[in-house]
Amino acid sequence: MIPGPFSYHRPATVADAVKLLSTLGDEARPLAGGHSLVPMMKLRLATPEHLVDLHGVAGLKGIRRDGGKVVIGAMTTQHELLASDEIAKSIPILQETALLIADPQVRYRGTIGGNIANGDPGNDMPALMMTLGATYRLEGPQGGREVAAADFYQGAYFTAIEPGELVTAISIAVPPAGHGHAYEKLKRKVGDYATAAAAVILTMSGGKVATCTVGLTNLSETPLLADAAAKAVIGTSLDPATLKKAAAAAEAIMVPAADARGPVEYRKHVGGIMVMRALQRAAAKAA
Amino acid sequence: MAKTQITMKVNGAEVEGLVEPRTLLVHFIRENLQMTGTHIGCETTHCGACTVDIDGMSVKSCTMFAVQADGSDVTTIEGMANPDGSLSALQEGFRMMHGLQCGFCTPGMIMRAQRLLKENPSPTEAEIRMGISGNICRCTGYQNIVKAIQYAAAKINGVEFREAAE
Repeated sequence: MIPGPFSYHRPATVADAVKLLSTLGDEARPLAGGHSLVPMMKLRLATPEHLVDLHGVAGLKGIRRDGGKVVIGAMTTQHELLASDEIAKSIPILQETALLIADPQVRYRGTIGGNIANGDPGNDMPALMMTLGATYRLEGPQGGREVAAADFYQGAYFTAIEPGELVTAISIAVPPAGHGHAYEKLKRKVGDYATAAAAVILTMSGGKVATCTVGLTNLSETPLLADAAAKAVIGTSLDPATLKKAAAAAEAIMVPAADARGPVEYRKHVGGIMVMRALQRAAAKAA
Repeated sequence: MAKTQITMKVNGAEVEGLVEPRTLLVHFIRENLQMTGTHIGCETTHCGACTVDIDGMSVKSCTMFAVQADGSDVTTIEGMANPDGSLSALQEGFRMMHGLQCGFCTPGMIMRAQRLLKENPSPTEAEIRMGISGNICRCTGYQNIVKAIQYAAAKINGVEFREAAE
C-alpha cells in the first residue's frame, strides 16, 4: 500500500511550521510520529497534499521540571516518557499508560503530542491528561495560548485546534506526594485500542479517599471525566457498595460505539469494571 | 511529484537515492537498495516483519517515509552477521533453538531482539515476550523465539544457556 502523492516540508522552527500550516491551509497536515496518520494515508482515508514533518523542529522535544509542573514537549516519544526518571518520580501513571499504548516499535516513534492532538477516541493519553488536569500549549499564526485538556476535545477527531495551530507542549501539575494512581485498560490484544479504560488519581487520608479524579477512554466520542463517580468515593474506604455506586455513576455517562470490540452494553459493563479496578489499585498504592 | 535526493548509512555503507516523498522506507530498502531481507507483511504497522534499526530505535519501516530517514544510520537484517560472515549470537540462537518455521517474521524478530538486548542485556522471559510484542509469528507460537533470544543473551553475556524446564 502506497500513500497518495504529497509535498514534504521539514521546518526547523515552530514559527516556520505554523507559517507553513497556515499558508498551506486545509490540505496540510503536521506529521509527528506518523503512526496514526501514515497508515490512514496508505489506506487513502487521509490524502493530505502537504505534510509538515515536525522531526526537524528544535525545542519540541524533552521533559523538564518547572516548579510544581512537568512540561513535556509535544514531539517527546512514548519511549522517551518510559525512559524518563523525572516522569517515573513525579507522574508515574504516565509511564503505566504509555506502556499500554501499541507496541515497542510504535512507542519509539509515537509521540505524546500526536496522541493527544489527533482527537481519536481510542487514544489513551487524552483521558489521562484530563484526569491529571493538564493544559496544552498551542502556537498559531495569532500567537500562543493555553487550553485545558478538559476543554480541548469536541468530538471524534474534532478538537479546539484552530487552522494553522500546533500543539507544542503539555504542562502537568505534579500530583501530591503519596497519591495513588492506576490506568486500567481492557484490550483484545497487544497494540489494540481500549475496549474500555479508566484512569484514576486519588489521595487517601486516614484510610478514606480524600480527593479523586476519574477519566474514561474510548467510551464516548471524546475522553470523559467521570465526576459523579469520583464524588461517590470521596470520604469512603472504597467498600464494595461504594465501588458499585461509582461504576454505575461512570456507566451513566458512557456512550460507546458498538463495534468489533463489542456491543454498547458490554463496553459499558467492562467500563464500569475498569473504574472499580482502577479505584482499588490506586487506593492500594496511595500512601 | 518532485523527487528528493536522500543519503543515509545502511549497514555501515553510505547509500543515496532519488525518492518521491511518499516512498516508504521499506520500499526504498527493498526496491532501490535491492535488500530484500526486510519483509513486508501486514503493511498496517501491526506485524513487525519490516522492523529495522534506525539511530538506535526499532522502527517499522512500512510506517516511515524514506525522506524521513535522510541522514540516518540504518541497520537491516543484512547487517546482522558478524564481520567475518559467521552468524551473530541472535542468528545462531534462532538456528539452534528452531526459532523459525516459515521464516517470514524472522528478519523483523531478529532486528527487534537485537535492540531489546542492547537496552536490556539480561531480560526475563516476560520482558522478552513484551519486548517482541510488536512482532507477529504465525508458526512457532513464540516459544522457540523466546528461547532463541535467551540463547543469544546467554552467549553475549558469556554464560551457559540452560533451557527452562517446560
